[in-house]
Amino acid sequence: MNIVVCIKQVPDAKTVKFDQEKGTLVREGVESVINPFDYNAIEAALELREALGGQVSAVTMGPPQAQEAIREAISLGVDKGVVVSDRAFAGSDTLATTYTLAKAIEKLGSPDIVICGKQAIDGDTGQVGPGLAVRLGIPYVTCVNGMEILKERNSLRLKRMCEQGYDIVEVEIPVLITVLATLNTPRVPSLKGKMRARKADIPLWGVAEIEAESGKTGLAGSPTQVVSTSVPTFDAKREMLEGEPEEQVDALITRLKEAGVI
Amino acid sequence: MLEVNVDRCIGCGECEEVCSFGAIAVNHDIAVVDQDSCTMCGTCVDTCPEDALTLERGDDTRKASDLDAWRGVWVVAEQRNGELATVTYELLGKARGLADDLGEPLTAILMGHEIGERATDLASHGADRVLVVDYPAFATFTDEVFGNTLAYLARQERPEIILAGATSMGRSFIPRVATVLETGLTADCTELSIRKEDRALLQTRPAFGGNLMATIVCPNHRPQMATVRPHVFKAQPATTSPTAEIINVNIPEELLKSKVKVIESVQEQAEGPGLTDAEIIITAGRGMENKKNIALVEELAELMGAAIGASRAATDAGWLPERAQIGQTGVTVSPKLYIGCGVSGAIQHIVGIQGAEIIVAINKDPDAPLFNLATYGIVGDVKVILPLLVKRIKRERGIA
Repeated sequence: MNIVVCIKQVPDAKTVKFDQEKGTLVREGVESVINPFDYNAIEAALELREALGGQVSAVTMGPPQAQEAIREAISLGVDKGVVVSDRAFAGSDTLATTYTLAKAIEKLGSPDIVICGKQAIDGDTGQVGPGLAVRLGIPYVTCVNGMEILKERNSLRLKRMCEQGYDIVEVEIPVLITVLATLNTPRVPSLKGKMRARKADIPLWGVAEIEAESGKTGLAGSPTQVVSTSVPTFDAKREMLEGEPEEQVDALITRLKEAGVI
Repeated sequence: MLEVNVDRCIGCGECEEVCSFGAIAVNHDIAVVDQDSCTMCGTCVDTCPEDALTLERGDDTRKASDLDAWRGVWVVAEQRNGELATVTYELLGKARGLADDLGEPLTAILMGHEIGERATDLASHGADRVLVVDYPAFATFTDEVFGNTLAYLARQERPEIILAGATSMGRSFIPRVATVLETGLTADCTELSIRKEDRALLQTRPAFGGNLMATIVCPNHRPQMATVRPHVFKAQPATTSPTAEIINVNIPEELLKSKVKVIESVQEQAEGPGLTDAEIIITAGRGMENKKNIALVEELAELMGAAIGASRAATDAGWLPERAQIGQTGVTVSPKLYIGCGVSGAIQHIVGIQGAEIIVAINKDPDAPLFNLATYGIVGDVKVILPLLVKRIKRERGIA
């Protein structure tokens, strides 16, 4: 069984600060971590390997430093990993990202099961998993919150969550799934895993290695373009309620009564 | 990458000012780019008064040559078990304005089984045309059947814009359509408008972890596609005499096949008032200090019949369950009254509460950004203010 898990290195939300005056992100002191949902993807991949045999490969696209994310995945039990990294991939939107990841995954060999986190917490699009499956020519199931292996049918039975409840679906392998944080409890790295991770050889694959066509990666391969960014502004008729706590609360009650909300 | 034409650069510093990533700085009267910090967003390129900045994009080999052949605005109607999702009405309300700005018709795409009468609902909420695709294969949701059908229709009819709800269903099958059509897709938009000069759809969404708003275009590919966050736009009231053209569409059989089989569909009702429907929401933030103090929020919420929300800090700390989280990574809400208790108001949270009518901020930190958004602000300790509020409301109601 050839199992591939896609991960992404993201800024640690807890360390991201925002400079209100300058309207810029403060980059200093921001740590990079594996996207939280991807830990669940890794755990699902390891559980599938335990049940079905085979090996788990982790793939990430990012700067060379993303090797650290792969190293951490290996410490958790992933067999091997690769960082897809090239200046030509910078500025990729989700369409260019799925093209690039698909080329890398195909180079690893025909995948049986591909697993992604539901979304990355920096981009929050959730578009890469479905798009990647389309590129790989395999079906996909998103928002997976439960998984059962139907070995005799070479299939997975999955619980797919939605706003109104959930669906139980079945799909034959090969398939791509995107997983929720509630699917499983990710394991912690073992000592043996940490040692293996330290020694692991993690290749960097660029345009040449994945045989990417020029014009399909990075900015050139991205149909969407950012025209502006801004700090959100809100027009509020702000009124500060002053005084002692009792006076503040009285003033608030009066206003809420006037507005008819209480 | 971002390049500075040193002959043109006058060192005015406007690029430095506008860069949200601190990736550009004027040094000895010349702008210098820190390529590692640059995200190539291009904001500075548009700002530079001297046209001294260029973003080398390379050649887009898939650029569409027939942009003008794509016309009209589509809204993908979302239905489950024959019921239209509320976001569909919100989309129609917003898309009506976009279609009028473009001078093009608004078409609703209704895929389902035995859902004919829903077409009338779509017509009375603003659609000029409704394309109904009715087959048993649409009775349950599969990405392949819905995605392949929408891609097929888009190739046939060539709309310039396709909008769908950023629901679990829309965010699942719409990326399939965009990938098949090799066009751009912007996720989870909170604002949409038309740029008059070139009819481009300006798509605004929270980006970079919800710390900034980014406005995105898709200049060289069609259709321009976006999923739109539920509860952001207001639905328009129904008109009584809709004049829409309702068209039943036949599609090729092979579009109706799915490798994913739905075995069963289960509806689950959430307990208590749901956040997205609640009229009053009391939200706990980091300023509640610990899990024990959440009881203060719970008491007030019970008294007011309110739902309880949480900031990311409060769910990360384990004080409240993940499903209570409001904001970029949680739900968007639009209550009549929102009370933020010890909620600092990070942008990632604020984008989820913009639809609230009255926002009350209670925080002992007078610099908390939520005060900028608040209708009424109280600088004070939640541990003092909340019990007083409970007491006052009880007195109002004659309970104590």
